Order: sequence, then C-alpha cells, then structure tokens
Amino acid sequence: MRLIDLANPSRFLSVSGRFMPWLIGATLMAFAVGLAEVWFAPDDYQQGATVKIMFIHVPGAWLGLFGWVLMSAAALGTLVWRHPLADVTGKAAAPIGAAFTLMCLVTGSLWGRPMWGAYWVWDARLSSVLVLFLMYLAVIALWRTMDDPTRAARAAAVFTLVGAINIPIIKFSVEWWNTLHQGASVLSLGGSRIHVSLLVPLIVMLLAFTLLFITLHIAAMRNEIMRRRIRTMLMLQADAIGP
Amino acid sequence: MQLGPYAPFILSAYGAAVAIIAALVLWVVLDQRQLRRMLEEAEAKGLTRRSAQPVGGQP
Repeated sequence: MRLIDLANPSRFLSVSGRFMPWLIGATLMAFAVGLAEVWFAPDDYQQGATVKIMFIHVPGAWLGLFGWVLMSAAALGTLVWRHPLADVTGKAAAPIGAAFTLMCLVTGSLWGRPMWGAYWVWDARLSSVLVLFLMYLAVIALWRTMDDPTRAARAAAVFTLVGAINIPIIKFSVEWWNTLHQGASVLSLGGSRIHVSLLVPLIVMLLAFTLLFITLHIAAMRNEIMRRRIRTMLMLQADAIGP
Repeated sequence: MQLGPYAPFILSAYGAAVAIIAALVLWVVLDQRQLRRMLEEAEAKGLTRRSAQPVGGQP
C-alpha cells in the first residue's frame, strides 16, 4: 500500500482503525517506561528536583510547535491540491496543538516561579509561545465561524500559513534576543547540553507524548470524517425534501 | 524520590499536565460516541451518502 492511498477518507478510516489499538498500546508502554525513567532520574545540580518539570514542559513545547508545522503542511494541501483530507488534518490538529501549548505555558510558569522568582516575564520566548497559543485559539474559532467546511478550511489554511512565521521566531527567540529563558539545550550545534542521566528520560517522554499526539490526532481525524459524512447525509436529505 | 522544598510546584505541574491530557482524551472519546450515535440514527432513518446511493438517487 502506498502512502497516497491513505488520502482517500474511506481507506484512511479502514487503515487507521486497524492501527489504532497498536498505537494506543505503544503510547501506554512508552509512558510506562518514560515515567519510570522520570521517577529514577537524578536531581539537577543547580535546579534540584524542579528539573522533573522539564520532562513534561519540553514535550509540551515540542508538540505545540509540531502541531502548527503539521497544520501548515496540511494548509498547503488545502490551498494547492484542495484535498479534503488535508482540511481534516488541519482541523483535527488545532485543539491538540493548543492543549500541548497550554501544557507548555502552565508547566513553564510553575518551573519559572522557583527558578526565576516569577511565574511570568514578558521575554521573547514566553511571549512568542503565548502568541502561538492565542493563534491556536483563533484558528479553532475560525473553523467554527463558517458552516461550510470547505470555505472554513481555506480561511484557516491562509491564517495558518501566515501564522507559521511565529515558529522560527519561537525557536530562535533565545538567540536573537536577550531572554530570561535559557538557550537551546536539547538540540544545539555542539550536541545536547543535558547530562545523559536526564537526557534519556527526556527522550523517552518526548517519544511517549509524540505517540499520544499522533494517536489523538488520528482519532480526531476519524471523528471529523464521520462529522462530514453525517453533514453530507443530512444535506442530501434536505435536498431530497426540497423547499 | 525526594522532591524537596519545591514539591508543590512539581506536583502542580504534573497535575496540570494530567488534567490537560485527560480533557483532551475525554473530548476525543465523547465526540466519537456522539458522532457514532448520530451516524447510527441517520442510517436507521435510511439516509446514505451520495457515493453509497444507487444510481438514480435516494431509494
């Protein structure tokens, strides 16, 4: 089976339905291993036990960004190829990306208070992530403002692509501006700056949260396809009844 | 595992993460249940999609 075959909604429903139990199992297993790693991870020599917040904060940040990149790729599919499954991909990813961005903001704030002495500062990294969260809310609202999913998809796609400018701003904000938020430490040109005893649990938790994102996204896509089928059936019924 | 003096911040962060993930999972599951029910009701009324209709329109 080629990847392009999945672009057919019926085929997608059939294949994803078969994969779903395996995805759920893999997600639960990854979380079991990840949380055990977190439990036994040592404290940081500077930050003490608060470093444990990193294991949920960093995945939240990564998936908040990943969600928007995924939506941007889907937006191209909507505008260039006008593919309905691209609309579905974008719409289903928005609430999930918003939730992970919220998780990043809340856990970051709770990490900031003991380390920086403040829950919030208006530095470039924190502000740009807050903008990302607001953009997620805006795109969800945009989807809800129009009854016709095709029209809503085009408007949401344009907004998503314009908003994608914020992604490199978030990533490089700690290099371009003087921020209270620390610089890149997981991925940097000189390799990771995190000790292996903390890096391993972080990578396992990143994998677990990414699997959770994929599982929820596929489930939300299946829901959206079902919602459109019901809408089509009701519209055909209304057409049959006539004015 | 000793969380030390910052335990309330660490536990609050994990609590918030669990609450957000639980809300997300609940949203997907409840949405799926509601849509399945609506689809079953529509099919019970004899409604079909265009691709599932016989040539010549709705039966």
